[in-house]
Amino acid sequence: MNETTGGVEMDEEVSGVVKKFLYVNRKAPYGTIYALESLEVVLIAAAFDQDVSLVFMDDGVYQLAKGQHTKSINVKNFSPTYRALEGYDIEKLYVEKESMDARGLTAADLIVPVTMLSTAEMADLMESQDVVLSF
Amino acid sequence: MPIVVNGQSFETDEEGYLTNRNDWNEDLAKEMAKVDNCALSDSHWEVINFLREYYDEYQIAPAVRVLTKAIGKKLGPDKGNSKYLYELFPYGPAKQACKYAGLPKPTGCV
Repeated sequence: MNETTGGVEMDEEVSGVVKKFLYVNRKAPYGTIYALESLEVVLIAAAFDQDVSLVFMDDGVYQLAKGQHTKSINVKNFSPTYRALEGYDIEKLYVEKESMDARGLTAADLIVPVTMLSTAEMADLMESQDVVLSF
Repeated sequence: MPIVVNGQSFETDEEGYLTNRNDWNEDLAKEMAKVDNCALSDSHWEVINFLREYYDEYQIAPAVRVLTKAIGKKLGPDKGNSKYLYELFPYGPAKQACKYAGLPKPTGCV
């Protein structure tokens, strides 16, 4: 991908099929590379103007938790980047209520606005997608 | 390949992006621009400073589409368009301006 791929000029010339992409994030933000890799894939894929949704469930809900301090584990705190997603026109963020409840988290503990879905509603959301990518 | 400014050497990656963002200063930006035969005007600085603020807030260098939109929001539509930004930074506004701003290359740029 080069810079013009994401450019305005491209949007006017090429309009392909828009598919529904769902990225499912299930792992804690640090300790494995999954959370960061998922976020990077989402940011890169944003250039293709698809219908993108993000789901956070299981320990993945911690990716959006406020107050991540990573200095002592010597890795970058990338949680502020989730707040940049809006600028990339990625505005559909879902968290699973059961996962939040099990960890004592509420929407107020998260750094970005999200839609809370039950496990059953989550299943419907996944069913409605063209592509589901799990991280 | 390190870049030398005021007798001090700074580490960069193979494409000239600064390795340690905290090394950055204005002279360093000017020197990087000079290598590309580019003299930095106030208009260039406006974009460079915008990128540094964006990085501080979001911890990423924005894609060019996002940069263009965000510049438009902050500095007005006459600056938030591809033509204006490409005239300032012919190697690609995100790519080139990020380099001078001491940021990593935007995610997704080759």
